[in-house]
Amino acid sequence: MVPVECFFVLSAILFFIGVFGFVTRRNLIAMLVSVELILNAVDINFAAFNRLLFPEGNEGFFFTLFSIGVSAAESAVAIAIILNVYRLFKSDSVEAIDNLKL
Amino acid sequence: MIYTLSILILLLPLASFITIGVPEFLNKKYAWAPKVAGTIGTASLLLVTLLSYWTAVAYFGGERMADGTYATLVPYNYTWLPLGNLHFDLGVLLDPISVMMLVVISTVSLMVHIYSFGYMHGEKGFQRYYAFLSLFTMSMLGLVLATNIFQMYMFWELVGVSSYLLIGFYYPLHAAVHASKKAFIVTRFADMFFLVGILIFGFYTETFNFSFMPNVQIAEGMQAFAPCQADLASKSLAFGGMVLPTALVLMFIGGAGKSAMFPLHIWLPDAMEGPTPVSALIHAATMVVAGVFQIARMFPLWINYAPNAMSIVVVVGAFTAFYAAAVACAQSDIKRGLAFSTISQIAFMMVALGASTALELNHHEHGGLGYLAGMFHLFTHAMFKACLFLCAGVIIHGVHTNEMSAMGSLHKYMPITSATFFISCLAISGIPFFSGFSSKDEIISACMHYSPILGWFMTGVAAMTAFYMFRLYWCIFFGSKKNVEHYESHHVSEHGFNAMTFPLIFLTVITVGVGIFTTLSGFGVPGFEWASFGNLVTPDTTAYTVHFDITTAIISTVVACCSIALATYIYKGESQPVADRLYATFPRLHKWAKNRFYMDDVYQYVTHKIMFRCISKPVAWIDETIINGLIDFSAWGANEGGESIRSWQSGDVRHYAVWFISGAVALTLILLAI
Amino acid sequence: MANIIVFAIIAVVIIAAALAAVFTKRIMRSVTALLFVLFAIAGLYFLLDYTFLGAAQLSIYAGGMTMIYIFAIQLLGRRDLQGYVEKLSFKRTVGAAIVSFIGCATVVGVMLKNFFIDKFMSVADSEVSMEKIGEALVGSEKYQYVLPFEFISLFLLACIIGGLVVSRNQKEDK
Repeated sequence: MVPVECFFVLSAILFFIGVFGFVTRRNLIAMLVSVELILNAVDINFAAFNRLLFPEGNEGFFFTLFSIGVSAAESAVAIAIILNVYRLFKSDSVEAIDNLKL
Repeated sequence: MIYTLSILILLLPLASFITIGVPEFLNKKYAWAPKVAGTIGTASLLLVTLLSYWTAVAYFGGERMADGTYATLVPYNYTWLPLGNLHFDLGVLLDPISVMMLVVISTVSLMVHIYSFGYMHGEKGFQRYYAFLSLFTMSMLGLVLATNIFQMYMFWELVGVSSYLLIGFYYPLHAAVHASKKAFIVTRFADMFFLVGILIFGFYTETFNFSFMPNVQIAEGMQAFAPCQADLASKSLAFGGMVLPTALVLMFIGGAGKSAMFPLHIWLPDAMEGPTPVSALIHAATMVVAGVFQIARMFPLWINYAPNAMSIVVVVGAFTAFYAAAVACAQSDIKRGLAFSTISQIAFMMVALGASTALELNHHEHGGLGYLAGMFHLFTHAMFKACLFLCAGVIIHGVHTNEMSAMGSLHKYMPITSATFFISCLAISGIPFFSGFSSKDEIISACMHYSPILGWFMTGVAAMTAFYMFRLYWCIFFGSKKNVEHYESHHVSEHGFNAMTFPLIFLTVITVGVGIFTTLSGFGVPGFEWASFGNLVTPDTTAYTVHFDITTAIISTVVACCSIALATYIYKGESQPVADRLYATFPRLHKWAKNRFYMDDVYQYVTHKIMFRCISKPVAWIDETIINGLIDFSAWGANEGGESIRSWQSGDVRHYAVWFISGAVALTLILLAI
Repeated sequence: MANIIVFAIIAVVIIAAALAAVFTKRIMRSVTALLFVLFAIAGLYFLLDYTFLGAAQLSIYAGGMTMIYIFAIQLLGRRDLQGYVEKLSFKRTVGAAIVSFIGCATVVGVMLKNFFIDKFMSVADSEVSMEKIGEALVGSEKYQYVLPFEFISLFLLACIIGGLVVSRNQKEDK
């Protein structure tokens, strides 16, 4: 079996690639893509923990399952919001949404 | 049974104050009709007077204890504010001096209530006046019935407030407002010392109650008195035994303020701006004797623990008596003259108390005579001084001014007033068979026991007293005839027997009656031994029959007669050549005496030039510049701080994400490090 | 042994595709790289013997989600997006890189030092059976997941409705 540290390192790297992308990109959809990367990294982590460290329980499995479902729904809503924002601000750059700026 | 009703003595005036005052306070149009308000007040006070007399008869006529002393009864005592091992109580305490004060206060107050029907007739604020009179009566009664020093202090302050309200009764007048402010501030200043004295006393004796009184009997179910730890075994010996004397002297300073002793006397002459019945009640008979009463109440402590401090009382009292008598000789305003006379007489009482050297009073030990004399003089002075003030009120009502220059030859137009004024003057001068003789003679003989110098000094002041009182009498009722046409044309008169003259007669009857009986008893006439004041009030509450010392009696009577003769000679005639010559010879002395030896100006100078300029202005500067500046600075700082981190809220969600991640990582690192 | 090789391949694919998704300037390429990442992760699940999870990942994520993204991109105007070229700000990139790097190091350090890691044991090549999964999903005893199941169904409903409400054409109402 694959040693568990490999999964950890992989998921950490994927997570922070996602963070990097979120902070760097200007396009809203690209930011959403980065968020998906983050979510998936976390899913890998849960699945690895469950399978390799606690094989008698199923919590990680189900957590991952529900996480997949939830992130799908959340992405759908996010896309709807982005469409609305695009209609309102006529731009899909995140810098266009600065109404909360002090 | 009567003692359980004693709480009504306090509650009835309070009820009448609320009944009269609250409707008008809520809305002017709900106010009672003036006559109704006056009747409510007078009726409640009549009940209080009857209750007081009944209490006095029951107490003094009742059984004495086995050793011949009166018990100190406490029918009511409720804990009001418990503070650790100390507690403030509210209650009713009956002992000889408080029962005597009950009689005095209620009688004079009733007379003033009746008198005010006539005097305040038609005045605006009639109802307010009666409400405040009831408030004052309740406060004064509460003061004398106090079971502990803190209750006494509370009612002391209430009395001060009532006095403020009543002096400032004619508040549209500037002078009245100033006078009431002055009275309140001076007495409040003195009360600060009183409060410090109370706190020291309470701390070191571990009780606020008057538990040093002899034979305390507390009704069942009521809060007991904690024992007074003033004895040698406790911390009252701290600071070389100076603690209790310090506390008592501080309390005396408070009493000196309320009783208008020099130099805290400045408020009393100005308090004459209030209506005359108020002056009679508050500033002659009752409130101003609160200081004397306080010393009498704390007397066992003074004698046992601070006998040397009593010399302070004597010195202050003696000087005040002389000073006030000197100023009274030169006053042209009759109410001011009577005010200074009051100051002088109260000083007599203080000297008498201060000259006491022992708690016992029997035919071997005369040290306690001063206490007896002081309290007796309190009683008699209240009666005749109230009568004098009420006479002055009748005169002022007729002539519409206080100044003697508008009077003279009023004898024909105000016969009852003239007669009662004359009798009261005889009493205050100390002529036998009038009440003042018995009390003043005893004071002088107590002073002679204490020190011959003091005795002769007080005799001299007594001579001045007789002189200036008869000066007043002759100048008002005889003397110059220059205003007679004015009286004729304006029909000046006292209008016969009415609400204003009845109290005069009543008080004079008391003066004369008490005077006759005590004089007969004092001279040892058989069959009248019961009529001695010592049967009622003595320092150790045993019975004592007063016997006048013949030498002192003769000397004081002769001195008084000489002064009266001198005053008659100078002032009775239509013109006063001797007075004018004296005035021409000593103009500066007269001016100084008339201006009260410029004490008021000294106070004004000190407060305005020194305190306001050197203390108040810097303090105001600190407040405006430094404290305001600090607050402004903190506001500026908050503003600047906010502005500086404003850029963090950029509206760009990526910045927020960066902060979020950095914060989470930092927190993890910190937690790892710890 | 074989597992490790497969894992290595999948890991390389994941990281390469992720980097591509993050660095590329064109949106369509970013989404395509994301698709590759999702596929690879599904492979990872299969490697872990979580077949149901892998199937779910494929169908929901790789299938459904990526389609949504592509539709969205198409809807956002040809002119704006399809040729959209984004310029990355240099300062921001460096800052983000530093933050990410420190974060990554912290996380990796934490994970490798946790004491659960000792429990690693060699597991049999068995997969969780579908029966067990089904029972657990709708069972109501301890360690069974009917409550989250119902919640997620409600949640999905809410998201559908929310999405519809948010994205409808506002001008039609007036």
